[in-house]
Amino acid sequence: MAHLQGLKVKRNSVLPGFGISLGFTMFYISILVILPLSTIFIHSVTVPWSKVWETISDQRVVASYQLSIGASLLAAFINVVFGVLIAWVLVRYRFPGRRMIDGLVDLPFALPTAIAGIALTTLYSQNGWIGQFLNFKVAFTPLGITLALTFIGLPFVVRTVQPVLQNVDKEIEEASASLGANRLQTFVRVIFPELLPAALTGFALAFARALGEYGSVVFIAGNMPMRTEITPLLIMTKLEQYDYAGATAIAAVMLIFSFILLFVINLLQWWTNRKFI
Amino acid sequence: MAGHVSVHYSSLPVKNTKSDSEARLVRWILIILAVGFLCLFLVLPLVAIFIKAFDKGSAVFLAAISNPDALSAIKLTMIIALITVPLNAIFGVAAAWAVTKFNFKGKSLLITIIDLPFAISPVIAGLVFVLLFSAHGLFGQWLMDHDIKIIFAVPGIALATLLVTLPFVARELIPLMQTQGTTDEEASLTLGANGWKTFLLVTLPNIKWGLLYGIILCSARAIGEFGAVSVVSGHIRGLTNTMPLHIEILYNEYQFSAAFAVASLLSFFAIITLVVKNVIEWKVKKSEIPEEGAS
Repeated sequence: MAHLQGLKVKRNSVLPGFGISLGFTMFYISILVILPLSTIFIHSVTVPWSKVWETISDQRVVASYQLSIGASLLAAFINVVFGVLIAWVLVRYRFPGRRMIDGLVDLPFALPTAIAGIALTTLYSQNGWIGQFLNFKVAFTPLGITLALTFIGLPFVVRTVQPVLQNVDKEIEEASASLGANRLQTFVRVIFPELLPAALTGFALAFARALGEYGSVVFIAGNMPMRTEITPLLIMTKLEQYDYAGATAIAAVMLIFSFILLFVINLLQWWTNRKFI
Repeated sequence: MAGHVSVHYSSLPVKNTKSDSEARLVRWILIILAVGFLCLFLVLPLVAIFIKAFDKGSAVFLAAISNPDALSAIKLTMIIALITVPLNAIFGVAAAWAVTKFNFKGKSLLITIIDLPFAISPVIAGLVFVLLFSAHGLFGQWLMDHDIKIIFAVPGIALATLLVTLPFVARELIPLMQTQGTTDEEASLTLGANGWKTFLLVTLPNIKWGLLYGIILCSARAIGEFGAVSVVSGHIRGLTNTMPLHIEILYNEYQFSAAFAVASLLSFFAIITLVVKNVIEWKVKKSEIPEEGAS
């Protein structure tokens, strides 16, 4: 909508500063984003393809993809379930402490990831506050990794679903009720379809963030080869061994994956916005 | 969109009729589930940080945060934030101005590229600068000939932090300035103000809360960044250790109380970030209600 309006109104914008603001923007992102990121691909091209393939299809690296993708998917899924629940409770109900809870949801964005990592590890290690009551291991297992990824991804779903839920027209719920649907039917068949694009966007954002996450995971993961090594950690390990070609090859795989995800997220956001024009 | 929120809010409790609300029992079960999850997941770790920080008494806490290595880490972290946040704030304003006040080809591609640092792993954000500026990197030889150190030194940390925090201010401002349009600025120009005057007296007051919020988010991330900085810093104690890296070293040396003492300082900053964010949201909401009524 804004785009169409813009086409008409802004074509001959009278405002000054177009050249300097766009020029500075282009210069800045070229130096800081485009040039640095393209070195990954330039660097990958200089290494023989067979060597690149050998690195990215290595057993230990493939195990890390499986772990990273699996744990991130599971974490994003948990985030959708609890994110929608939390958004629902915050928007629809009034209860003491609601505003504080609402403010707290963003904590994972504000708290440095390394601190989240050491705090969660301390809580869930075998003699930790929570770990001692569980008869299974959480810290230093894939479960611990999922836990850390759930922590850092939680605000995404809440914050994408919340504004959509606030704008859901209550009259359609009343209409649904007056036509004989019970509350659960109304939620599943009327409200949930409205929330779906936003929930999926939140899922994709949380998933993308979880795939690349490093700080909160390295402490709780234990970093055992083949078992609890995430892909970003492998890049780090290769760098520490001065294996730049290996690190770059894995980074290229991750970057391509990120680009695809970014594209999907853009599509989802476009879909979400379309529904609410 | 944010403006509509407050109005919906105030009308809700009245409208809780049977047809569009759950039974009392269901409502309370859902509230307890949500709040319980958040307490277990967010509050408990936060509380744990502060309790562990004072585990061995306040003497250990004070020793940990006044240790020379800790102090130099605090200093370096502040220097990095002071370099990166203003630069990214200026970039954010410039990018938002170009993207929202004018129309040009490739605009959505530009917005996607601005978003890109959010989508990539922090480890990769650090790696790219190693590939460019380390001894074996693209410009490595040239930098060595001129005796300039970027990787394993402060400039590398600043560059990696700049990349990771690049979108924060722009991301806050673009949607805000898009909804505000260009009419205010056009009026100001018609009345004879020049471009800078229009920007300072018309645009800036309009975007001040969004700008402030973007700056706060950017600062929080710049201070807390771990992955990207970890790649480029080289972990030289007293020289290239930021606060998160210092915490990692203490933790890996089993000095848990000291690690959590330094961590509690950063957590305190995180709490302040959240409080300021909520104050800004409250202010925006308050300033928008009369406008809604008028229109």
